Amino acid sequence: MSNTVHHSVVDRENDYIHAGYGLKSWLLTVDHKRIAILYLISITVFFFVGGFFAFLLRLELMTPAGDIVSAETYNKLFTMHGVVMIFFFLIPSIPAVLGNFLVPLMIGAKDLAFPKLNLMSWYVYNIGGIFALYALVNGGVDTGWTFYTPYSSTYSLSNVVPVVIGAFILGFSSILTALNFIVTIHKMRAPGLTWFKLPLFIWASYATSIITVLATPVIAITLCLLLFERLMGVGIFDPALGGDPILFQHLFWFYSHPAVYIMIIPSMGVISEVVTCFARKRIFGYKFMAYAIMAIAIFGFLVWGHHMFISGQSVYAGFVFSALSFMVAIPSAIKVFNWTATLYKGHIEFRTPILYAFGFIGLFTIGGLTGLFLASLATDVHLTDTYFVVAHFHYIMVGGAVMGYLGGIHFWWPKMTGRMYNEAWAKFSALILFVGFNLTFFPQFVLGYLGMPRRYYIYPDEFQVLNVLSTAGATILGLGYIIPMVYLLWSLRKEKTVGTNPWGATGLEWTTQSPPITHNFEKTPVVTGEPYVYQEEEDKVVA
Amino acid sequence: MSSFPLLPDSASTISDQIDALFFFLVAVSVFFSLVITIALAFSAARYRKGSKASRKGALSDYLPLELAWSIIPLIIALFIFGWSAKLYLDMHVAPANAMEVYVVGKQWMWKIQHPGGNREINELHIPVGRPVKLIMTSQDVIHSFYIPAFRVKQDVLPGKYTTQWFEATKPGEYHLFCAEYCGTSHSGMIGKVIAMEPADYEKWLSGTSSAGIAMASSGAELFERFGCKTCHRQDTGLRGPALDGLWGKQVKLADGKTIVADQEYIRESILNPGAKTVAGYQQLMPTYKNQLTNEQVNQLIEYVRSLSATQDNQGNNQ
Amino acid sequence: MCIRRRRTRLSHNSDTAVGHAHHFTDMDQQREASTLGMWTFLVTEIMFFGGLFVAYALYRSMYPDAFAEASLRLNLVLGAVNTGVLICSSLTMVLAVRDAQMGKVKGLVRYLIATIVLGSAFLVIKAFEYSHKIHEHLIPGSSFQFAGPFGQQAEMFFSLYFMMTGLHAIHMIIGIGVLSVLLYQAKRGRFRAEYYSPIDVAGLYWHFVDVVWIYLFPLLYLVSRH
Repeated sequence: MSNTVHHSVVDRENDYIHAGYGLKSWLLTVDHKRIAILYLISITVFFFVGGFFAFLLRLELMTPAGDIVSAETYNKLFTMHGVVMIFFFLIPSIPAVLGNFLVPLMIGAKDLAFPKLNLMSWYVYNIGGIFALYALVNGGVDTGWTFYTPYSSTYSLSNVVPVVIGAFILGFSSILTALNFIVTIHKMRAPGLTWFKLPLFIWASYATSIITVLATPVIAITLCLLLFERLMGVGIFDPALGGDPILFQHLFWFYSHPAVYIMIIPSMGVISEVVTCFARKRIFGYKFMAYAIMAIAIFGFLVWGHHMFISGQSVYAGFVFSALSFMVAIPSAIKVFNWTATLYKGHIEFRTPILYAFGFIGLFTIGGLTGLFLASLATDVHLTDTYFVVAHFHYIMVGGAVMGYLGGIHFWWPKMTGRMYNEAWAKFSALILFVGFNLTFFPQFVLGYLGMPRRYYIYPDEFQVLNVLSTAGATILGLGYIIPMVYLLWSLRKEKTVGTNPWGATGLEWTTQSPPITHNFEKTPVVTGEPYVYQEEEDKVVA
Repeated sequence: MSSFPLLPDSASTISDQIDALFFFLVAVSVFFSLVITIALAFSAARYRKGSKASRKGALSDYLPLELAWSIIPLIIALFIFGWSAKLYLDMHVAPANAMEVYVVGKQWMWKIQHPGGNREINELHIPVGRPVKLIMTSQDVIHSFYIPAFRVKQDVLPGKYTTQWFEATKPGEYHLFCAEYCGTSHSGMIGKVIAMEPADYEKWLSGTSSAGIAMASSGAELFERFGCKTCHRQDTGLRGPALDGLWGKQVKLADGKTIVADQEYIRESILNPGAKTVAGYQQLMPTYKNQLTNEQVNQLIEYVRSLSATQDNQGNNQ
Repeated sequence: MCIRRRRTRLSHNSDTAVGHAHHFTDMDQQREASTLGMWTFLVTEIMFFGGLFVAYALYRSMYPDAFAEASLRLNLVLGAVNTGVLICSSLTMVLAVRDAQMGKVKGLVRYLIATIVLGSAFLVIKAFEYSHKIHEHLIPGSSFQFAGPFGQQAEMFFSLYFMMTGLHAIHMIIGIGVLSVLLYQAKRGRFRAEYYSPIDVAGLYWHFVDVVWIYLFPLLYLVSRH
């Protein structure tokens, strides 16, 4: 024990957290690890803002009549919930927090290629956030996060302009981060760290960055056009002025469909790291996993039209988009099967992160399979724009992306802070989240099949029972998000007791102290072996 | 909380077919979810750390297995795609004898007009056992005409027609929802589809107060009032193309292309005459964009169609 | 565990004229990183302009006659002169990069000035064109006037014209700003044969902006001129 105390004395003086004191040392930092912490704070704020909106929505939907808020307020609530959660939480979450922290560490670099740009991206994020919050206090926006024209460009009387500007600015923050990752992963890998020795989290970050770089500018220009139409009264999308509203949908989904993969692929990376670590076994089919990530990223660009099967686009376009959407199922299935196979004949240790991974695999499987219902043309006609879609994408984004994010936070928390949280509480909250999530969203599949349209403020009586179940689930889910906040913050009060590698994981980030020093490594590491060499080590123990 | 259904009504010719595909997908999903869950639970229990189970022959790579679980899902996916694409095509191509009804969506109501002249708001009366085709447009933003019990839904766009068809199989009242978010009272843009036995439907047609002048007659009156006849009638010089017998024919345009004279074309010719000038004519016609409502345009279209009534018995002669 | 007391207080960004920034291993790595970074950035730019090109393509195919007629109202001579000006500026930029590579500071300064002057000339000519359009009531919005049957579609052409050329002009202004900073630094002797990647990277950007114009010119000015 004396050894541990000793240890912490040393760390205190020599890690990135103590590399400087005072607000200025944080606000002007160019250290990727500190920027990750800044992002962690910002996106956590937005997560709880968005979550609060969701809670009000569910409360309103307890009864078929509109009795807590007005229709207008309800519309603003679901719009702001979507805008905040998608643009300000889900898209930056894993890349900006875990990616920023881990990409250089995992590849043995001292920092990202452009540290100043990295800091700038955090400021850009917050400036975008200020626009969104300004719109919020100024009365909100009611177009839905999809900003469909001509409602958003001509008819809505709410604060479309500041929100669109906010989303536009935010895009640059994503682009800067992605550009930094691409260059860093290409040019700054440690000696010996070839592409097929990279951890899958790096593959995921790389794929995500490629998508971000290609897709985000398209939404930026689309939002510019929308602003132009709204402010100048010029017809780009409004048919009354000679424009085509379907063009907006094409441009919007050209970004927003790949954006779904920006949200989910990083989680897949996290889950790959966690599963292999706690199964104490090499990841099954490493190359297939890497290819599958890239395949999902590529197919992601070819399927945007599946959001538009009933929009009036041609039947043949529908066929093509539908067929390609089914193709996305293949690499997704590969990933799920490979994670499962990784566990087979492993030495599974039930620590907190793998509970999140189990949750992820289960919920992502359901989310992915229900995606088939929507990729399939004929069933999509009935199910699109209903609660079935709402349930489906929450299974992917909350059940998938958020579970992955929380799993990652729990996995790397000791590395980031040098502290271990209370595992009993952590396991309890993972369980609460799983139960609460399913209770919230599973009934919505049934609601959608029954025909309840989404974005409905009042609804026919026969839908009430399922809505009440969903609201009850949301309450449990909300609790599940608050508990980790408490015990994670609480852990900071404790002494630093974790060593360099508390989970016994492979990967370069576990070879430097926790928390790492400013330049990550005392000496640039040289990589000779494969990634995830758990098995040999375990077999030795057994033998 | 009067009732608590878990299955929606199924009341159109297509709805049972959609349900068959839906439940096939449910079966596929349940199967794969179970496979994954059982595999996870099995590994978790048997291979937990410290258990004595043998780990001999643990693999981290096995190509045949990888290929198997790439190719089998691919085959299943292609099968589902084929099935659903076939159904989707059926849902798109309306039978030739479909009865046509015009729908105009606006914030926040559905305005419906039957060719016989009957108008309704937020209600659509239809006979069972007969295909009904809706010709829909919107006055303002995008709406979506959704009848869950029929499993049909189609966005309704401003400045353009979209269509959908269905054939009700069971008399009854069914929900009509707007499914595309359209502003403050989006959730109030709901109504009823009332499917009736043909005899009851006939009774309803003649019994409602809105039963009156057929759409084509209203259109004929507009044709007079807006001076369309000064150019488009044989007896007045024909500075514009003749309309008799035009409906459904190929029209040769000035730029050499041809187009079928249907609702979309006639609507565009009224609202945006410069877009597709007929070969051999000068572009003289002004736009009627701000002078006609969507309903009036629909009536004019019915009038133009009625001029070809002998060739075209599209079943709008209830 | 061995205990080491060592305070790391290296400035995080000690990129001097000769040394590479601390987080790179050598000059080569740093140069390759900045070049790849710029290429990646240019990819985002292509996608950014791409959205506008898609909108242009769609509406031109929807309203071919109106676009042809509206295009006639653009000043072909000024457009062609500007194309020439920009191509010359790309040439001077290439020469600037070459002199930077060879460590010829004087030549570098001279060619940077030439590039900045040509870029500014482009913007001045563009400003003339814009002011003509204002006089002719061709600015989209409430004051827009266009005789003939194609008023609304012509307005759409001019909306796209102003967005595309305006966005291009903004890129030009940013480019001139960047080159001015580099010019100042070049005069202070920041660049030499071993370290010139800012010039190189700025050159990539400048050529990209140039290439965008090479597409804009025929698309906007030459629609109806066969």
